[in-house]
Amino acid sequence: MKYEAVIGLEVHAQLKTKTKMFCACPTSSNSPPNTVICPVCTGQPGTLPVVNKAAVEMAIKTGLALNSSIQKKSVFARKNYFYPDLPKGYQISQHELPLCLGGHLDIPSLCKGGSSPPYKGGGSETKRISIIRIHLEEDAGKLVHDYGHEDMSHVDFNRCGVPLIEIVSGPDMRAPQEGGAYLRKLRNILVYLDVCEGNLQEGNFRCDANISIRPEGQSKFGTRTELKNLNSFKAVEKALAYEIERQTKLVSEGKQVVQETLLWNDNTGKTESMRTKEEAHDYRYFPDPDLLPLIVEEAWIQKIKGGLPELADRKATRFVKEYGIPEYDAAILTDEKALANYYEAAIAEGDASPLKKRSVPYFKKISNWIMTELLRELKNDERELKDCPVTPQNLASLIKLIDDGAISSKIAKEVFEEMYKTGKAPADIVAQKGLKQVSDEGAIETAVDKVIADNPKQLEQYKSGKVALFGFFVGQVMKETKGQGNPKIINDLLKKKLV
Amino acid sequence: MTDTICQKSLSSISQMLKKGEISSYELTRAFIDRIEKIDPKINSFILKTPDLALKQARAANDRIKKKENLTPLTGIPIALKDIFITKDVETTCGSKILKGYIPPYSGTAVQKLLDAGTVLLGKLNMDEFAMGSSNEHSAFGPVKNPWNSGFVPGGSSGGSTAAVAADLCAASLGTDTGGSVRQPSSCCSTVGLKPTYGRVSRYGIIAFASSLDQVGPITKDVTDSAIMMNAIAGHDSNDATSIDAPVPDYTKSLIADVKGLTIGVPKEYFVEGIDSEVSSAVRAAEDKFKELGANCIGISLPHTKYAVPTYYIIAPAECSANLARYDGIRFGHRSKEWEDLTDLYEKSRTQGFGPEVTLRIIVGTYVLSSGYYDAYYLKAQKVRTLIKQDFFAAFKKCDAILTPVMPTPPFKLGEKLEDPLTMYLSDIFTIPVNLAGLPGISVPCGFSKAGLPIGLQLIGKPLDEQTLIRIAFTYEQATDWHKKKPPL
Repeated sequence: MKYEAVIGLEVHAQLKTKTKMFCACPTSSNSPPNTVICPVCTGQPGTLPVVNKAAVEMAIKTGLALNSSIQKKSVFARKNYFYPDLPKGYQISQHELPLCLGGHLDIPSLCKGGSSPPYKGGGSETKRISIIRIHLEEDAGKLVHDYGHEDMSHVDFNRCGVPLIEIVSGPDMRAPQEGGAYLRKLRNILVYLDVCEGNLQEGNFRCDANISIRPEGQSKFGTRTELKNLNSFKAVEKALAYEIERQTKLVSEGKQVVQETLLWNDNTGKTESMRTKEEAHDYRYFPDPDLLPLIVEEAWIQKIKGGLPELADRKATRFVKEYGIPEYDAAILTDEKALANYYEAAIAEGDASPLKKRSVPYFKKISNWIMTELLRELKNDERELKDCPVTPQNLASLIKLIDDGAISSKIAKEVFEEMYKTGKAPADIVAQKGLKQVSDEGAIETAVDKVIADNPKQLEQYKSGKVALFGFFVGQVMKETKGQGNPKIINDLLKKKLV
Repeated sequence: MTDTICQKSLSSISQMLKKGEISSYELTRAFIDRIEKIDPKINSFILKTPDLALKQARAANDRIKKKENLTPLTGIPIALKDIFITKDVETTCGSKILKGYIPPYSGTAVQKLLDAGTVLLGKLNMDEFAMGSSNEHSAFGPVKNPWNSGFVPGGSSGGSTAAVAADLCAASLGTDTGGSVRQPSSCCSTVGLKPTYGRVSRYGIIAFASSLDQVGPITKDVTDSAIMMNAIAGHDSNDATSIDAPVPDYTKSLIADVKGLTIGVPKEYFVEGIDSEVSSAVRAAEDKFKELGANCIGISLPHTKYAVPTYYIIAPAECSANLARYDGIRFGHRSKEWEDLTDLYEKSRTQGFGPEVTLRIIVGTYVLSSGYYDAYYLKAQKVRTLIKQDFFAAFKKCDAILTPVMPTPPFKLGEKLEDPLTMYLSDIFTIPVNLAGLPGISVPCGFSKAGLPIGLQLIGKPLDEQTLIRIAFTYEQATDWHKKKPPL
């Protein structure tokens, strides 16, 4: 029998607010333990929560971008359980009445193979994943077990009270790759909206997966398991694939899947049981009496709607239309908001130059340089774009130097490497290193004559019909001019003299 | 001279301070001496802070001398129910689990009183986490009624009412979740005002039941209550449930005139089970109001009988979550021995909480449990709405409602300790007011044959503390009950 997987994802995204969800503490992520805390977020007796309006706004933004219906009235509820990283003994979350209901997200249709497909710009085939709800809640603190005391654990409350949104998808994905694509797309949107850093390793974008299998064609869901500890997109896909295989094996052997929470172990590549359904918590949710229902006015929603930024899909479509670059380029360039901004900054620089007219070849040239040289260097370095030493302005200047004939494309690559290393402007590097292209016909002619004189044997062969040797002469002249000779002039002169 | 000065009302010592007839330091000394002498008889203080008080008194003296932003409370020695979070001053909430807890901040009401220049004499005894009606559920021993040490002072703010009645402080603040300011005021012959829910910030009072808790002044007379209200009322951005409405000058409502006002008297509050001495004292007060020109009418609050069961679902449910933070991890009591995390929680909490608190946490946990939530908590919320509607319907006919505060005079120590349900019934007339979020005031209206105080309750419309103050003041001016002093 053939089985299909049913996958739903729950994402917890840390919101990029300046202060925490219910108190005025900053949301700094790298402060020393317990230095960004206050009586409220450490649950001191007598303290009360006050809702951070900026967090609500970011959640609404997300809801609008995911086509959710923003609820005029939502309610904060207490989720009760004991754990040392949860100072109040309950987490303030939303339960029965969340801020956003419904919605959807389109992902590229099931992609076979490669685990990191770029998003297709408009027009390509997509699959719609439903969003069930988006709600606001506060993060917990962090247990620290390796703080130098073998028999002691410590609690760091810095993260406690940091605002989170939980985004719950429908059980609409059928393959690990779809899960990966959904997460990448969702992360991309949150980063574009500027509501989340989207860093999985740092835990500000976290994912739990619900997965079950069922015979193909059956509409009833199978017993699901919940996967936790998925710290990268790859881990999500690997864990889902592992779990599909495990469940399929169980079911084909006539065994039952146990409803349980499983931890993904990235080292062993296996899932491990954390707790079964019987051990599941009864969270005893009830409306938090410290907070009045959250009332959102229509005018506010409209205002937020008006301020929504252009998201990746629309940006990619626009790039194709406006700059005439291929869909593939547009998809890569818009994959990261910062990269798209970089691209457009370089274009704007070109615009600013009186010599440079907006033209499709120019736009494509910038795209090429970014996609090949720039992204390669960054990848080799594991560096983020924001730390890139080459500014978009400098990249534009480099391309201008090529277009003006000041340097050859070959030299340009050398200049680029130097720019990447030092952050210097290309013109300065060219001047300092004497890399300027030689376009002086007299100088090149001297070199051509010298090469012809030095290689009588090759000359003879060439004249006797071995025309392939033309390249040899070009190379020799290039060498003679230290690579700075203008290739067009070299070609023209050689053609003339070798006849 | 020292005892006489302590016996004066807050408003009169405020005048003396202002005129320079006495210094805040002398006054504070007088109270400290009296506390030393009298408190061992009633056990109203959990913590005495004489050094802090004298320091604050000297600062107040300077302020008075320089006439720098003087308020009617500058230099006035007060004491606080130990539920109020006081920065750097141990705050226990009457519980072993918080023994030794030194808060890193002060709550809003406390800060307002400190800013006004009051002097803090200490922290007052209470039922543990404000759960109780007799002050016997305290980890620091029961408080005794100043009028007769064999009787309870009421609860949970029994330490506050006993201290004010015994002239151990000029005024106090209590909290009222189901009657904890009004009921002990009735027991001790003090004036206890529970403002409208949200009128005074809850920031910095240790939460019992968040949707019901409210701070209220406990004073020797109605004038002092108005003065205290002026200092503590108002919106607070730290409390999302606090009401953003202008604060009137409550002393402007100290008008001895009830002519033209209609006072409703609900029949459901004079039923079987009410002590005859209590009902006749309150009926006599009704006659007094008529005599003073008020229009007294009979009204009905049909859902009254559901108030106690409703309350004993909602309050424990909220408390079960509110008290989860006392887990032995960050502050308060932690068991010395434990096996693992669960064991640490269980032992710390079992050792730290007293039996009444434990009982309520268990009840609250139960009513919120999956499968029981709808039947208990949700239903209780619906009944709560009905109780609220009763009052709103009644207020179409009257300006305020007159009832007894509690069905009996103060009872004997130990009398109801083993029977929680009977104990709960002593709040039967105060609980509906909390469920509806209304203001209520307890005013002395007589004494039983045994010489124990009896109080009347006036209930007002939302945010209409002014009418309550006016009616209570009028009654006080026409009677002498508040002038009587306990035989200490």
